[in-house]
Amino acid sequence: MYKVRRWVVRHSRFFEAVYRTFEPVIIKLHPVWKRIGYGRVEAPVRFVEKNVKGFLFDCQMCGKCALSSTGMSCPMNCPKNLRNGPCGGVRANGHCEVEPEMRCVWVDAWEGSQQMKGSDKIHAVQLPVDNRIKGSSSWLREVRQVVETHDPDSPAN
Amino acid sequence: MKFDDEPVPGYSLPILPGHTSPGRFERVLRAGKFAITSEIDPPDSADPAEVLKRAAVFDGYVDAINATDGSGANCHMSSVGVCSLLTRVGYSTILQISCRDRNRIAIQGEILGAAAMGACNLLCLTGDGVQAGDHPQAKPVFDLDSMSLLETARTMRDESRFQSGRKLTSPPKLFLGGAANPFVPPRDWRPHRTAKKAAAGAQFIQTQYCFDVPLLREYMAKVNDLGLLEGPNRIFILPGIGPLASARGAKWIRENVPGVHIPDAVIKRLEGAENQKEEGKRLCMDLLQEIREIPGVSGAHIMAYRQEHAVAEIIEKTGVLEGRVPWYPGRDNPEDLNPESPDALSSTPETV
Repeated sequence: MYKVRRWVVRHSRFFEAVYRTFEPVIIKLHPVWKRIGYGRVEAPVRFVEKNVKGFLFDCQMCGKCALSSTGMSCPMNCPKNLRNGPCGGVRANGHCEVEPEMRCVWVDAWEGSQQMKGSDKIHAVQLPVDNRIKGSSSWLREVRQVVETHDPDSPAN
Repeated sequence: MKFDDEPVPGYSLPILPGHTSPGRFERVLRAGKFAITSEIDPPDSADPAEVLKRAAVFDGYVDAINATDGSGANCHMSSVGVCSLLTRVGYSTILQISCRDRNRIAIQGEILGAAAMGACNLLCLTGDGVQAGDHPQAKPVFDLDSMSLLETARTMRDESRFQSGRKLTSPPKLFLGGAANPFVPPRDWRPHRTAKKAAAGAQFIQTQYCFDVPLLREYMAKVNDLGLLEGPNRIFILPGIGPLASARGAKWIRENVPGVHIPDAVIKRLEGAENQKEEGKRLCMDLLQEIREIPGVSGAHIMAYRQEHAVAEIIEKTGVLEGRVPWYPGRDNPEDLNPESPDALSSTPETV
């Protein structure tokens, strides 16, 4: 919902803190995910992720969540799906070139990012989305990635 | 026309140390000259003569010609087609690629094809939304964005591989560029975004139309503070300018063309003039003079849509080239003139 996601961006620092608490928890649960099997746990986790993030951020389930680098404003809501900042068509009132009623996702992202501890993360170049992972849980992927980088000998699969 | 003992039109120059492309445009910039670029509005036609005719207008006045890629989301001849035609007679071109119409497979193929046809410069753009053009019912692609396009092109050039990792046998030797619009929100981010583009591979920047010099000055100062204008990986910034045809036209552009910021003072100046078209040109010349004085500016990009003939006058009267005559086919040897150049009409082609 547009109003909710605008509210979230205004409180980006709070949501950053929430995520910072939440991330280690799901990573700690790795043995549980592994025991159930990442394949089997994918569907329920995806369901929760889709609904929670859908409500808060209008998440499009791109599979490669960048919210902590984009001021908690989901870049996939940009009609051009830009992942690295605003295009040159932003209107003088800060609204979108394509959808004049909507505030530019990246104008919001900039404001949101400046309130966050990780305000520098918005300057890092984001790689394009891998279309194969669209619709899958980015939480579980994150866990697997973290576990694999810390302990490359024990693949999370 | 000759077929023997003739340098191939559009031949590449040796790549000098510190350069990445075999093109003239990069050489002019790195030599510290004030560079001028302009753009061709590609024809709605399959006739190569129309492209050459449009290029001949700039003979002796520009260092490179941008070939737009479906500008304003309107359908025209492809930028690769235009570049190929122009490099065949020796013009220095800037290939524009927008992310709106093609996915990464098509774009990377296009980069190789264009480089093989002699395009030495690539301007990586996001592209206008499809709603702005003549095919609003089209599917917007946006598989990449301008930043990841830059990164992809740089990877192809420097690491000689596709985004997939697959090796290229011969990489495209390109001078890479991006766009900037310092005149629209979020303005305090715009210099940082340029820095991000530089990090992704941009070596030159062409900006949106500038009608507000103080804003440009502010942007240039911040870009300089970020250290982007020095060192071997420095970027070259060419602000965009152009003549406005009338106050009414200016108002229309302001309201209908996304991203063009025109201050009220500009419109008032045009309204107060007897001949608005002449005043538009004079305004453009004034802007060019002012922009040239801003520290760190490396040149100017003149976009004179439907007033292409005015470019020569603007450059001539402002004297920004300081007597330099940028190379064009036939500059040193009239036999090599662009066949569609008005000066070429007198000479009859030899039979083969």
